[in-house]
Amino acid sequence: MATTVTPEAVEKVVFDALPQFGAEPSEITREATFEDLDVDSLDLAELSQIIEDEFGVQLKGDDVGKIKTVGDAVDLVVSRAG
Amino acid sequence: MSGTRPEGAVALVTGASKGIGSAIAKALAADGWHVAVNYRADEAGASATVASIRDAGGTAAVLAGDVANGAPDVLFAQVEEALGGPVLALVNNAGVRADNLAIQIEDEDWDTVLNTNLSAAFRLTKRSLKPMLKARYGRIVNVASVVGPRANAGQANYAAAKAGLIGLTKTVSHEVARRGITVNAVAPGFIETDMTKDLLVDVVKAIPARRAGQPEEVAAAVRFLASDDAAYVTGTTLFVDGGMSA
Repeated sequence: MATTVTPEAVEKVVFDALPQFGAEPSEITREATFEDLDVDSLDLAELSQIIEDEFGVQLKGDDVGKIKTVGDAVDLVVSRAG
Repeated sequence: MSGTRPEGAVALVTGASKGIGSAIAKALAADGWHVAVNYRADEAGASATVASIRDAGGTAAVLAGDVANGAPDVLFAQVEEALGGPVLALVNNAGVRADNLAIQIEDEDWDTVLNTNLSAAFRLTKRSLKPMLKARYGRIVNVASVVGPRANAGQANYAAAKAGLIGLTKTVSHEVARRGITVNAVAPGFIETDMTKDLLVDVVKAIPARRAGQPEEVAAAVRFLASDDAAYVTGTTLFVDGGMSA
């Protein structure tokens, strides 16, 4: 059963997932860029998978290619669910 | 050394009812993999492969499904239901031939060969990366051919598909190497199977080893590439061809 999409729920899932890709927990903010966090394209593909499993929201490669910051990712998931 | 195969890991071998695929399924089962023996038409062959694995103390299940039909999710759901564990090894072995000179190859025969031998391998690879990325462990082995890297008149479609498979192997290997997933190919030469029995025995004269290979000899290479011992081998193509392409 997919979790209901709210900005807070998505933010929590994204923030919780990023450390497994090597991001420093203290540096994870909505404004942080994935480049700064050393999160690469494969990491983002995996993050998309986690989001799909959790919320049932499918992100395409084109979508993911455009996002730069953690906040962008959260907003994208929320907008796709709406 | 990075990673050891998780307990209960499943290997999906496509086109495993006979020939090279059946030998690969048996070899992987002997190495401790739980094996999904996929077949399209030869149910009896697939069942015999599974029975042989079980007789030897291994774990296996038959898995009906045409890999060319583009529904990997259905196939993977069936595998997980039958064998429980995640698919952490994928052997893209299913292949078809529709030989003709290029000038005589119909579009339909081009599409069929490319779809089964190459596109299906891509779709299954894409799907299998999900559990492999999660597990930080995976083995993908694509059964290519000496045909593709080298010419073989009458097989433009087959050669294109097999050469494509080697390109797919190399690129995906780079994409996922840092997650403990290896992607390799084996390139069998002239192997004695139903699929090759109509080919001229003259072919043997062109093989330095002066004999056809056996399916088990290809399976041994796949078994190695799927093992923990091969953790640092990725993106390569292992020729099993009696020296044909050297």
